[in-house]
Amino acid sequence: MMQIQQLQRALALETIGMSKNFGALQALADVSIKVAPGSFHALLGENGAGKSTLVKCIMGFYVPTSGAILLDGIEADLGTPARAAALGLGMVYQHFTLVPSLTGAENLVISRADVGAIIDWREETRRLDAFMATMPFEVPLNVPTGQLAAGQKQKLEILKQLYLGRRLLILDEPTSVLTPDEARSVLGLLRQMTRMGDLTVLMISHKFHEVTAFADEVSVLRKGSFVGSGRTAALTPAQMAAMMIGDARLAVMDHRASVAAGAEPALLVQGVTAPDKTGLKTISIAHVAVKPGEIVGIAGIAGNGQKEFLEILAGQREMSSGSICVHGAAYHATRLEARQRHVRFIPEEPLHNACAPKMTVAENLALRIFDTNAKGEKRVWLNQTRLTSHARRLVEDFNVKTTSLASPINTLSGGNVQRATLARELTGEVDLLIVANPCFGLDFSAVAEIRARIMAARNAGTAVLLVSEDLDELFELSDRILVMSGGEIVFETPIAAADVATIGAHMAGHH
Amino acid sequence: MTNASPDTLTGMPRVEVAGRPEALAKWARHAEALVIPGGALLAGLAVFSVFLQVLGKSPLAFFQAIYLGGLGSAFSLDNALTHASPLLLTALCVALPARLGLVIIGGEGALVLGGLAAASVALPLQGQPYLIVLCAMAAAGVLAGGLWIGMVGALRYYRGVNETIASLLMAYIGIALMNQLIEGPLRDPASLNKPSTYPIGQAYRIASIPGTQVHWGLVVGILACLCSWVLMERTTWGFAARVAGGNVRAAQIQGLPVGKLIMAFTFIAGACAGLAGMIEVAAVQGNANASLASGYGYTGILVAFLARQNPLAIIPVAFMLGAIDASGSLLQRHMGLPDATVEVLQGILFITILFSDTFYGRIKWLNPDLWARAQP
Repeated sequence: MMQIQQLQRALALETIGMSKNFGALQALADVSIKVAPGSFHALLGENGAGKSTLVKCIMGFYVPTSGAILLDGIEADLGTPARAAALGLGMVYQHFTLVPSLTGAENLVISRADVGAIIDWREETRRLDAFMATMPFEVPLNVPTGQLAAGQKQKLEILKQLYLGRRLLILDEPTSVLTPDEARSVLGLLRQMTRMGDLTVLMISHKFHEVTAFADEVSVLRKGSFVGSGRTAALTPAQMAAMMIGDARLAVMDHRASVAAGAEPALLVQGVTAPDKTGLKTISIAHVAVKPGEIVGIAGIAGNGQKEFLEILAGQREMSSGSICVHGAAYHATRLEARQRHVRFIPEEPLHNACAPKMTVAENLALRIFDTNAKGEKRVWLNQTRLTSHARRLVEDFNVKTTSLASPINTLSGGNVQRATLARELTGEVDLLIVANPCFGLDFSAVAEIRARIMAARNAGTAVLLVSEDLDELFELSDRILVMSGGEIVFETPIAAADVATIGAHMAGHH
Repeated sequence: MTNASPDTLTGMPRVEVAGRPEALAKWARHAEALVIPGGALLAGLAVFSVFLQVLGKSPLAFFQAIYLGGLGSAFSLDNALTHASPLLLTALCVALPARLGLVIIGGEGALVLGGLAAASVALPLQGQPYLIVLCAMAAAGVLAGGLWIGMVGALRYYRGVNETIASLLMAYIGIALMNQLIEGPLRDPASLNKPSTYPIGQAYRIASIPGTQVHWGLVVGILACLCSWVLMERTTWGFAARVAGGNVRAAQIQGLPVGKLIMAFTFIAGACAGLAGMIEVAAVQGNANASLASGYGYTGILVAFLARQNPLAIIPVAFMLGAIDASGSLLQRHMGLPDATVEVLQGILFITILFSDTFYGRIKWLNPDLWARAQP
């Protein structure tokens, strides 16, 4: 028995009574979790539940207010990130930390703490080859990492941690930039390595299907406290969700009303081309039509031209050719056109793209109406009374939680900023709604409510173009799903016939 | 916000913010804008006092001298107000674009060219009625300054040129242009030691406000500040400009005319500085000469930042810095301190004011949005 213990490389991790206060705010309250050596452990919780704080305490980025960490049953002093690294703890982030212009091999070697001022590349290459021979998977090490696909980059990130001799990996939503296939492959590898006893994995995730399929055990945090743990085999997603949100009630979504078959499209995009943000590639949208009372979802991995397409629709990027029509007439996204044809646009991360962060809630809610009177006529003098009463009505209708209407909007939580933005854009007559990643970074109850609002708008006859990186969201809301890859729409399917695997393959460019 | 009915959105009576009276919350938000710059001012003066101690001078005597030179007598008060008058306008040249998110520090160039244009226009109009000449001079000053800074706005919007650097470098060009012209084509041969344009003529000078030695330019400056405040806070144009300054992406997505706003507000800003130049020529100098470039444009930057780009706050701040400016010569005579001491003081104040910017929203009793988080 002793023999086996010593052979095992994977670390056991235990936190005992971890608390972390930021001033008056208690981000973490007496959290004790136990991660068995060689296990694949998932850490679940809503935004702000304290997952990141806990992980940062473990990694030595934060000094916990109280509590202890045991590694292999021995209390460890993890005061700094360097100490944590030396003890074999490594972290893989949602976004990549590789230097894109360097090759995989170069990235690996320079990440070592003990690398000297002069690198003997022949010797390093020999050692790398020996290391790679022990690894269960391969990544091309001689190409600049910028040219690798997202899945390979994420594998290289993991490889880097193993190369650095880490025995416990913490992964922060590692699959959020991967296709479903890539995600499966990366998580499968990690699971295989934990099975062999080389590695312990603690993964922060939002995705139940990943947790159920790959994790052995799960621990759940809610509002900074530990609420429970268990073997994933014994828990259903519904039970896990219940642990995460407690007794909060979620908004219920309307049933899908049927689309009028013969309706003219509210939005018609034809033959649009434009250079992408690098100017090297071309965005080319041959045909997109959205009918009233229909949600058309656009799937795709970030960076495949969705951003540019949205900029074109918002009038912020010039087209080289093509046309955009709203209700049959050319549309250039001016303020007047948007107002007359009832077109609304909600970009992703509304605090950064749709609000003036330091202006007040009332002022931000007025962005669409401040220059007109109740009849929609242009005005020179600002009507403060109208602004305030408008804001109060919107805040009540959409249940925006704010200390006061005079608070700067950046003091609101992400969910409330999104509610405020939806309130502004969904009030009044809306014929066409263009919305991007509306639920990014929001908690369960906010997500349920915002999706319900979008569905309600659809049922009221609004044509919705939904661009999202979240496939679950697209499946839940869309009537049709289009897939964007390499700046083009490469696939289209009605929701009834939609299949994750096919969509995933098209997202990855295999078509 | 004064409605006392229960607030369905937060479940609290609407007259309260986080359990405290709404009036208190409102008061706290206003107080923040006074307490933080006030504190920065005191901190700056404290640092400057240390500087004086190191020089072996008494800070007390220094501040006394500033008081005497700037406020102590009717004469020094007039002097301070005269110095404050151009600062009101050059501060607007910084404050208005700042609300649009543009940091423009080249007001000096617009002032100088505004003065030069005004003096040049006055010459061919000799003999015309007073009001016509004065209006023509004002129009010339406004146009020259407005186009000069408007050019900076155009470079920014159409070509993405950094407006701070562009305006500063264009100020040097503007000053060089003036020097070139007053030493060349526009020079009055009678101005021997100090190259100047021909005088605009005693008949066309701006008079003093009755009972004082202060010219009417002070009133113009104060009116400009009041109008600017109304423009920014009470009109839809000002609102649109504040949105564009707060987040240009949000403004563009809402279809606000960001380009037009930038052009219009940089023009108005430059026009203010140009008007300051015209007033300096018509009320103080009597012609355009190198004394126009005496730093009002740069002190205006300090005034605008001290006033947190608020046109109303510019009025008292400009007066305070006018008083400091005015006491410069007294300091030299009484304390044996060089003229530049005042600039050291201004520099220190500028640094502390910029530093104080980091405190906004972080001082709990001044920020109602933090009150609710008191209870853990």
